[in-house]
Amino acid sequence: MRALPGKTGRVADERFIVRFGRTDRIQHLVLFVCFLGLAATGLPLRFTEAGWAPWLARLFGGFALAGTVHRVLAIGLLVVFAVHLVRLVRRLAGGDWSILWGPNSMVPQPKDLQDLIGHVRWFLRKGPRPVFDRFTYWEKFDYWAVFWGMVIIGGSGLMLWFPQAFAYVLPGWMFNVALLIHGEEALLAIAFIVTIHFFNSHMRPSKFPMDLVMFTGVVEAGEYRRERPLEVARLEASGQLEQRLAPPPDPRFVHRARIVGAVAMVVGLTLFLMIVVAVLGVRLL
Amino acid sequence: MSLRLIGVAVPLALLLVAAPGRAQSSPTNDVCLTCHGEPDMKRSDGRPVTVDPKRFEHSVHSPLACVDCHADLAKTTDFPHPEKLAKVDCASCHDDQAKQLAASVHTRRPHGNGPPLSCVECHRQPHEILPASDPESATNKLKIEDTCGRCHGDGSAPDGFRGPAVARMFSDSIHGQALTRAGLVVAPTCSDCHTSHAVEEKTSTHSPVFAANVPATCGKCHAGIERDYHAGVHGAALAQGNTQAPQCATCHSAHAITRTESNAWQLGAVQECGTCHAEALATYRDTYHGKVTSLGFSPVAKCADCHRPHQIFKPTDPRSSVHAQNLQATCGACHTHVTPNFVKYQPHANPHNRTKLPALYYSSLFMNALMIGVFGFFGVHTTLWFLRERVGPDDESPPREDRPRG
Repeated sequence: MRALPGKTGRVADERFIVRFGRTDRIQHLVLFVCFLGLAATGLPLRFTEAGWAPWLARLFGGFALAGTVHRVLAIGLLVVFAVHLVRLVRRLAGGDWSILWGPNSMVPQPKDLQDLIGHVRWFLRKGPRPVFDRFTYWEKFDYWAVFWGMVIIGGSGLMLWFPQAFAYVLPGWMFNVALLIHGEEALLAIAFIVTIHFFNSHMRPSKFPMDLVMFTGVVEAGEYRRERPLEVARLEASGQLEQRLAPPPDPRFVHRARIVGAVAMVVGLTLFLMIVVAVLGVRLL
Repeated sequence: MSLRLIGVAVPLALLLVAAPGRAQSSPTNDVCLTCHGEPDMKRSDGRPVTVDPKRFEHSVHSPLACVDCHADLAKTTDFPHPEKLAKVDCASCHDDQAKQLAASVHTRRPHGNGPPLSCVECHRQPHEILPASDPESATNKLKIEDTCGRCHGDGSAPDGFRGPAVARMFSDSIHGQALTRAGLVVAPTCSDCHTSHAVEEKTSTHSPVFAANVPATCGKCHAGIERDYHAGVHGAALAQGNTQAPQCATCHSAHAITRTESNAWQLGAVQECGTCHAEALATYRDTYHGKVTSLGFSPVAKCADCHRPHQIFKPTDPRSSVHAQNLQATCGACHTHVTPNFVKYQPHANPHNRTKLPALYYSSLFMNALMIGVFGFFGVHTTLWFLRERVGPDDESPPREDRPRG
């Protein structure tokens, strides 16, 4: 334990700070379960020529049943998205404009660009590590990637699900575009999540093998102070830190979270390996 | 022995009584059978020369006298006759068949599959030939498959004879199964397509299995399909002399014909169309229909579901199922609420073709750029991050042991 005598964080360092609320964590859980299921049921259609594709399609009971599973999970994802949007609107309606700008907003701001440049300089040993606030630029990228993916993949998916209804207003060639974009954007999303997101948030050396904050909702105060110094400083200055302090997570819950997280990462990496196999045209069976 | 002699002698005696008009100088059948009716009658070289009187009596040639065929013995009075006799010439009666056989692939042997066939190779024991209507006859409808299969089967063919081994394929086919399992004598056997005596190789222009003649051959039974086929583009191309144009056997195969409802056949047919229509197959594979069939599931639209299996016309032909004015009906075979907008979907869109469907072309371009941009940027970013955290003195971030692992 790094003791910093004289600093106000002495007590806080031994405790935990709440980073994500219960609803956020449930949304993330539903999000990644649905996402991985959608990927597993969708990838056989994206890579039909791959040796694993018919096998995976049959694992889900054939293309018809796999399609049903895909649509059910899509509803789950759209519900998560809808809940998120409703919560944003309610915060705005309640007069909370902080989601639009400032440290509590996901909107990209000049500091994000400075942080990115500073971070890269730090990678190259040309400068100090940037001092991050509540949401970093890579977390914002993840957020908007999911946001964009929801609109693009969800929208094109609904078009393909209800082509007759959409064809009342859209010309037929839109479905050609929808099919292409649905597959390509989904492929981008899967590959991004299981490589970049997995690394940035879980597998990089200082987080390896995974960061459980999205399961437990809390970060050890000392760790948080180092990683998000600006937010901790702001909380201390405004006297809100005490409200954000929490007891350590239940070890049994942490254990379960670790199992769920590990399964999700194994599934995700397996799907990614299958994509690599398909793209390289490797025949395993 | 005595019983057998009586069995021979009595009918012969009756025959003598019944046929008093025959010239005294010609030996009658009973005279011949006096010796040749003996079951262990042999030539000096040991070859049996027995004729089973009962079997001969049942044979299609029973009304004939021995000397009608063994004509060089007609005037013989001195018995036993010399062993060396003239070869029996079936053509003396069966002139047409003999001529056909002489011109056939079974005599000409262009591929050198053994010596020329004689009548008995197929009709078997010359003294026991049964009418084709007899179930035991080698040329009975239900037996022809076995008869041809002696040389065209998987087993060892009789000395020197070996033809293309197709009997197994045929017997597993819908035609073979109809014959042997369903006992359906209207189903075709070998000779229905290849003829009996005038069998020709498929490259011979007057063979019924020559490409240009196949539709007419199949059309003998499948008359309705033949009419549809001839109306379509493939039939027209074949009629114009393009023997590479697909005909019945191109898609259905010649001998291994199966029901077209099976998953395997339906999916195989898509590949078959693709052997000529390569780009159409490639663009089809980009669609949901093409992806589902590629995965091995058939209940979605395949080539023939939209283009029809036999009445195939150019899309500009109003008779075509994929002509603009027929698309709603064609798509409507599977889809409900098919609107004019709905059928503007391009089932063979090429994302690399900018002029035909620019929206798809630019969408594809954008997606590729996005993919390259995202992974190009984050690939470098993440690699640098990894190297920074993994190697070298970590002067800014805290030592690892400082962070208790939860």
